[in-house]
Amino acid sequence: MDLDDTPEQAAFRAQARAWLEANKEQAPARSGSNDDQDYVDARRVWQRRLAEAGLAGVTWPREVGGRGVGPIEQVTVNQEIARADVPGILDVIGIGMLGPCIIAHGSEEQKSTYLGPMLHGDEVWCQLFSEPGAGSDLAAVQTRARRHDDGTWTLNGQKVWTTNAHFASYGLLLARTDFDVPKHKGLTMFIVPMEATGVTVRGLRQISGEAEFNEVFFDDVVLGEDAVVGGIGNGWGTAMTVLMYERLTIGFGSESFGSPAELSRTLATDPTARADSDVRRRLGDVITELLAVRFNGYRALTALSKGQIPGPEAGLAKVTMVNAAILATDLGGDVVGPDALASDSQWSYLISFLPGLKSAGGTEQILRNTIGERVLGLPPEPRLDKGIPFSELRAKERPAVVR
Amino acid sequence: MNFALSDEQVLLRESARGALARFKTIEAAREALEDPAALPDLWPTTVQAGWPGLLIGEPSGGAGLGTFDALLVAEECGRVLAPVPLLGLLPATAILDQAGDESLPAVAVGELRPAYIPARPPGDLEPRWTVQPRSGMSRTAAPRATVVGGEVALEGTIAFVPDAPGAHLLVAIGVSEAGQPVAAAIAAAAPGVSIEPVMRYDASQPLGHVTFNGARGRRLDVGPEVLANAWYLAHALIAAESLGAAQTCLEVSVAYAKERFTFGRAIGSYQAIKHELTEVLRRLENARGLQYYAGLAGESAPGEFPLAASAARSAAGQALDFAARAMIDVHGGIGATWEHDAPLFFRRAQLSRRLLAGTHDATDRVADQTMSAAA
Repeated sequence: MDLDDTPEQAAFRAQARAWLEANKEQAPARSGSNDDQDYVDARRVWQRRLAEAGLAGVTWPREVGGRGVGPIEQVTVNQEIARADVPGILDVIGIGMLGPCIIAHGSEEQKSTYLGPMLHGDEVWCQLFSEPGAGSDLAAVQTRARRHDDGTWTLNGQKVWTTNAHFASYGLLLARTDFDVPKHKGLTMFIVPMEATGVTVRGLRQISGEAEFNEVFFDDVVLGEDAVVGGIGNGWGTAMTVLMYERLTIGFGSESFGSPAELSRTLATDPTARADSDVRRRLGDVITELLAVRFNGYRALTALSKGQIPGPEAGLAKVTMVNAAILATDLGGDVVGPDALASDSQWSYLISFLPGLKSAGGTEQILRNTIGERVLGLPPEPRLDKGIPFSELRAKERPAVVR
Repeated sequence: MNFALSDEQVLLRESARGALARFKTIEAAREALEDPAALPDLWPTTVQAGWPGLLIGEPSGGAGLGTFDALLVAEECGRVLAPVPLLGLLPATAILDQAGDESLPAVAVGELRPAYIPARPPGDLEPRWTVQPRSGMSRTAAPRATVVGGEVALEGTIAFVPDAPGAHLLVAIGVSEAGQPVAAAIAAAAPGVSIEPVMRYDASQPLGHVTFNGARGRRLDVGPEVLANAWYLAHALIAAESLGAAQTCLEVSVAYAKERFTFGRAIGSYQAIKHELTEVLRRLENARGLQYYAGLAGESAPGEFPLAASAARSAAGQALDFAARAMIDVHGGIGATWEHDAPLFFRRAQLSRRLLAGTHDATDRVADQTMSAAA
């Protein structure tokens, strides 16, 4: 048992470190607003440079321009990027989740058209899954794609919580193409050009006042036959691939937790806080949780590097991470006092940001259902939607709400 | 990076499970509440398995294994509440091994059973070495040590020492007039030693109040960091036992939640039950990640061992507390009676959280380590 690099991994790390040392002067600031066009453009250029150096798409196969190495190397790159204090890739969602889905399910033409520009930051992607009426119950999406005799499609509906939609070139969209079959069966995945006529993107302001997410509206958007990914009616399976890679992306990130330096410094340099038993207890609990996420991250990575597929247990890390971050932020903010709420305070940003994160990538309640059923093997909650055509289901839900 | 058990470690765990399966330890934990003689003597099994020499180097007759291996054995003992005296044994052997003590060959083969008499190393708010008091939150100073040549004489009382009754050799820590911690190996039968056996709530964990009244023993020539590490090793071991016990709580609760029906459906299908058990799993898995950290630090990152062991104990102690209560909740009324095993795990949780300065002290130590590093 060790956390050491093998000789090959050490060589890989040294190469990444050397490139970052030589090029970090050209990197943009590590953080900035994705509302700021200049900053986003600088991040695109930086992603291109990372891609050319083999530091983006690390786990993508070589045939599609990736580095063709494993999860440990991906984490090595993340660690070296953090060490160099430079930003990583801009399009985490595209490269981490949507690209791998196209690699798995896309046609040869889709792969050759989209993957290169995605990797190099020329075209950023967004994920068009959630809707106002379909979040945890993703298979309830109502955005409708209607097929015409010539094979083209017309798209109508609304998506929400769409990160980066305001500068994305494409979105991967889950739509209902058949209302007369049970809800998981009538879905199809599409590639949607965000510049298409009928696509409207509107920023959605969050607690902080910033708009990092969007709502996206589709009014009679016309899509070609070649927009379908993974086959008509196979949208649910295709979406599951994306969610599997989402877990993987969480897995890659979790090992970097465990040392919230700013919190520790804030507390350690305040003599009253440092000797306060309540502060100490809360800090001890938070650090314990964060350390647990980090070392469970190493366990998960070891399993990944041995070829295991990440299962629903990855959701536990997300639950722990988000709640520990909330406790840590509350604690730091309590020690600082009202100044923690100043608009330029990093505490204020986190205090505002974290409540919404509880629902991101699946609400905590849904994650606990999934883990209880798939990991512990507990019986599922009885469902009222199994085997019922989606159109009938909608008809049943309305009277139930009214009553 | 390879953060997984080796084949040898999997084998070690399985052989420990097999060795303990020959005894009805959980039933014995219940019977011993009324008749202490019902507790099986697991020392012959301990010796046969080679656990006395687990942390002792091969030149002295031990197996030369590491912290991680010790924690795996402790986890198995915790699963079935087996009264194997690891908490007393292993930290004592770690100190003896570092001191190169003459007792090692006899200890390694189980002829001589040592017990660690714990002393808490100083922290940022408490500059002294302290020991468990009989009652209350105040810290009691560690025994007073007088060094005379190669001998040490100790004066003082340490309450609730795990596995002290029946031990042959006490590995104790006192503080010299100059304020330095001094370790001594004192025969349990030596003049001036008294061990008062105590049973507190959990009959499967033997305890004793140890009093030194000018008792003399061999000086163990080790530095303060070795003595501090013994304290953290004891924390990591109690964490591993708690993790094992919590694992049993979860398995039993999940099995029941699948077979017990109310309102026409298995209770495990209700979110209230499902989410409570998922929380047990979450805490358990966190404790397991930290057990790996403690094992790794104990073997190859000694500077991080205090933090790792403290975090492991904090997580595992709270996980067991939660798991034992959840087991009672999920089983309904029966879970709160002697008809079920749940009270035995609850008793273990209640005792564990208060031994060796308590779970909350480990949580505080995590804060202490973190702030000291950041200041």
